[in-house]
Amino acid sequence: MSEVALNGVAETTGAAAARATALNRLRLSDIAFRELTRIAVYAVLALLSGVILALVIGSVPALKAFGLSFVVTEVWNPVTENFGALAPIYGTLVTSAIAMVIAVPVGLLIAFFLTALCPLWLRRPIAIAIELLAGIPSIIYGIWGLFVFAPFLQKYVQPFLIDTFDGVPGLSSLFAGPPYGIGMLTAGFILAIMVLPFITAISRDVFEAVPPVLKEAAYGLGCTTWEVFKHVVLPFTRVGVIGGVMLGLGRALGETMAVTFVIGNAHTVSSSILAPGTTISASIANEFTEAVGDLYTSSLIALGLILFVITFIVLAIARYMLLRLQQKGR
Amino acid sequence: MTMASTNASAFAVPVATHAAVSTAGLAEKVSIRNLEFFYGDSRALKNINLALYANKTTAFIGPSGCGKSTLLRVLNRMYDLYPGQRATGEVMFDGQNLLDSGVDINLLRARIGMVFQKPTPFPMSIYENIAFGIRLYERLPRAEVDARVESALRRAALWDEVKDKLDASGLGLSGGQQQRLCIARTVAVKPEVILFDEPCSALDPISTAKIEELIDELKQDYTIVIVTHNMQQAARVSDFTTFMYLGELVEFDVTEKIFTAPTDSRTQAYITGRFG
Repeated sequence: MSEVALNGVAETTGAAAARATALNRLRLSDIAFRELTRIAVYAVLALLSGVILALVIGSVPALKAFGLSFVVTEVWNPVTENFGALAPIYGTLVTSAIAMVIAVPVGLLIAFFLTALCPLWLRRPIAIAIELLAGIPSIIYGIWGLFVFAPFLQKYVQPFLIDTFDGVPGLSSLFAGPPYGIGMLTAGFILAIMVLPFITAISRDVFEAVPPVLKEAAYGLGCTTWEVFKHVVLPFTRVGVIGGVMLGLGRALGETMAVTFVIGNAHTVSSSILAPGTTISASIANEFTEAVGDLYTSSLIALGLILFVITFIVLAIARYMLLRLQQKGR
Repeated sequence: MTMASTNASAFAVPVATHAAVSTAGLAEKVSIRNLEFFYGDSRALKNINLALYANKTTAFIGPSGCGKSTLLRVLNRMYDLYPGQRATGEVMFDGQNLLDSGVDINLLRARIGMVFQKPTPFPMSIYENIAFGIRLYERLPRAEVDARVESALRRAALWDEVKDKLDASGLGLSGGQQQRLCIARTVAVKPEVILFDEPCSALDPISTAKIEELIDELKQDYTIVIVTHNMQQAARVSDFTTFMYLGELVEFDVTEKIFTAPTDSRTQAYITGRFG
């Protein structure tokens, strides 16, 4: 009787010991895993601060030389080493604004059509086409923009715009000047095409999340499709839609290759959106290889820092808006 | 017969309040004739003939999938939103067949309002939820909109609970309050018929009682149709009851009669809880 009991105890201790070693091994790998996750997080933080630090340090010479007037000076003269960031900043903001003005309404309309009006058989082909649009490398948009789209604009669209708004106060200076083909409007168009898939895809997802019964309730009151969209679907999904728009805006602000092809790369601030200009990323991409001298390089890095700050501000505004919307309880 | 009455007492059906109701001399608000309904190829309603009487409450009862909600959604053509769904036959409303393709659906839905299974407040303030519907049809000065909002909320017995927070979000109300808000919203556009699609299925008993009381009051001004799974509810609120089964209209009669002396054996089986 006692033997059996002893045996039982021995077996238990044996099993317990085996279990303890197994647990020990597991504990080690558990610790390793935990540390790995921690390191991964620190790595991201280190990278981010490293990038910021490098940008700041790199731009010190330029900022020292020009001070705050760097951001409000239009001149960009490598020969006299006199640099100002106004033209690229202006170009970046204007092209992105044009892109958003075109892409946001179009994207929302496509998304609403896909979720509410589109016949079922057409839904997948359109969705796939939009995804493909997102998959096209930006260099292809660039060459297409330069060789196909810009000549088309130059020949048909821009002369029409110039003639139409000639003499209209305000608008005439917005659409002034010879039709170059390339310029800020062209870049804005290309950017619009590039960010359209993002805005469409995200809006479609959030529109699909609107409970069908809510839409039925609105239709049940006698709303037209437009009224349902404007008063129910959009308000219900605005947080998500703003998120999608900001994602698109972030992409538009930083897009380099396609813009470099079609914007004309002129360091000028022009009131006409048909005029050539430049953006921050286009300037950097164009001029880094030929930047001789510390001040030139430093000025380009300072441009990068400014782009970083602009993007950060956009994100911060987006966060703030989302926060306010959530506090209002939708 | 004895069995039916036993069951009626088991349900504690307060049919006495609706005593002496008959179809004689009542005006037909909506007349449904030879109605068939299809989801794609499947036939969901089979040769429905039914009259909805003005200022009366008609309940549709029957087991799940019997077509009662489908029938309700024909009345305001909600099915139009979905491709592949179609109805044939006649639904006469004010001398017009509302299945005709020429019918102005938006106007129709203003005249035949609907309250849904789940409360569906719009993502806007309590005030705007009501004013929204009014503004769809009428351009009114602010003061008049205010008055209409107040009267709609009073009509839905919600005014006293929300009058101090009209600018708060409609989504912040309790489920029962939200449902009354939806009723107020429907009432505000001045419909003639109100369709209730299981309006209490997501509500607690107290909210349910309030909604039922409300429905009883509303029939003074409106013709009411209610789909319900709850037979006691049908017995409590309706004047007439329609029992549906497998897409067919099995029996239509005065509510008291349906619950105490149904003529069809299927109705009898359903109300005594043998299936459904």
